[in-house]
Amino acid sequence: MADVNRGNRPLSPHLQVYRLPLNANLSILHRITGVAMAFAGVLIVWYFLALATGPEYFETASAVLTSWFGDIVLFLSMCALWFHFMNGIRHLIWDTGSHFGQKTVNRSAIIGLVAAAVMVVVTVIIG
Amino acid sequence: MVAFTLPKNSKIRTGKTWPKPEGATNVRKFQIYRWSPDDGENPRVDTYFVDMDKCGPMVLDALIKIKNEIDPTLTFRRSCREGICGSCAMNIDGQNTLACIYGMDEIKGDVKIYPLPHMPVVKDLIPDLTHFYAQHASIMPWLETKTNAPQKEWRQSIEDRKKLDGLYECVMCASCSASCPSYWWNGDRYLGPAALLHAYRWLIDSRDEATGERLDDLEDPFKLYRCHTIMNCAQTCPKGLNPAKAIAEVKKMMVQRTI
Repeated sequence: MADVNRGNRPLSPHLQVYRLPLNANLSILHRITGVAMAFAGVLIVWYFLALATGPEYFETASAVLTSWFGDIVLFLSMCALWFHFMNGIRHLIWDTGSHFGQKTVNRSAIIGLVAAAVMVVVTVIIG
Repeated sequence: MVAFTLPKNSKIRTGKTWPKPEGATNVRKFQIYRWSPDDGENPRVDTYFVDMDKCGPMVLDALIKIKNEIDPTLTFRRSCREGICGSCAMNIDGQNTLACIYGMDEIKGDVKIYPLPHMPVVKDLIPDLTHFYAQHASIMPWLETKTNAPQKEWRQSIEDRKKLDGLYECVMCASCSASCPSYWWNGDRYLGPAALLHAYRWLIDSRDEATGERLDDLEDPFKLYRCHTIMNCAQTCPKGLNPAKAIAEVKKMMVQRTI
């Protein structure tokens, strides 16, 4: 192997060719919703900060958050919250070392998604 | 580090299309990753056509047929052809598995074959597994004892032996580690599902007396805790093992020894 050129070996394709299973997609969605909610959290803090600052500034903040764009952002944040919450429960169960079977994992994935969707609808109705 | 795209020297070109077998009625299309260290060019995907009426049922049968009858330069590892040596692990139809025990009837449409993902390629379907083997060696994959050796063998009860089922069957084919996004991005420091499954295999062995040292070695933000239960490993394992569960058990042992 002495004369083998190891320097320019290509990296084999990964995301380009891998067919990610359902649970892998939910895993990356869990990460994305977590990061997105951190930003949504800042938005909520800004809302309270505006409330504490005074009525005029609160008017501005409220106008932004209740505009059609604010509505979309807050609705998506709510979806992210419920998904992250339900998927987080799956992670807590896994931390006990159970529910690792392949079929079980796919079943809990679907239960989590349905539960999150139901809670989104419930939140919309109550809100 | 996370890099979603391939480096410049790894981008895949369209390769050449090899002629169809003459007079065949049941032809299947194969798209296979090719790279040679000798011509200084980027990897490419070649297209082959195989007469399925004159070919065995497994993906490896087709690869051997292509090598024998169409293109002798096609390079891949294989040995036992019955899923026990772990040589022919590759990415088939978007998931990692052993070519010798993966039936072509399980694949819809064209058969797409790539080397194990996110590995340096030696040639065609052969990845460089040096680092993968070194990680396995680092978890001390042997029985560590402190008491004097018994007159005969180290004995084990039937119940204790049962704890090794689902672990000892691993053939180190690297399908799981090469399926894990965490291993793709942090494989230099994260041990990956295969090495961690082996680590657990020795951690729960009733005869092993180095449990504390083994756990000390794994107590590291990267070695063990880059596992985020994505579970591609368990989905892709050609032997039907569950490295994700083994890793969860190791994490549990970490907690249990501190409380």
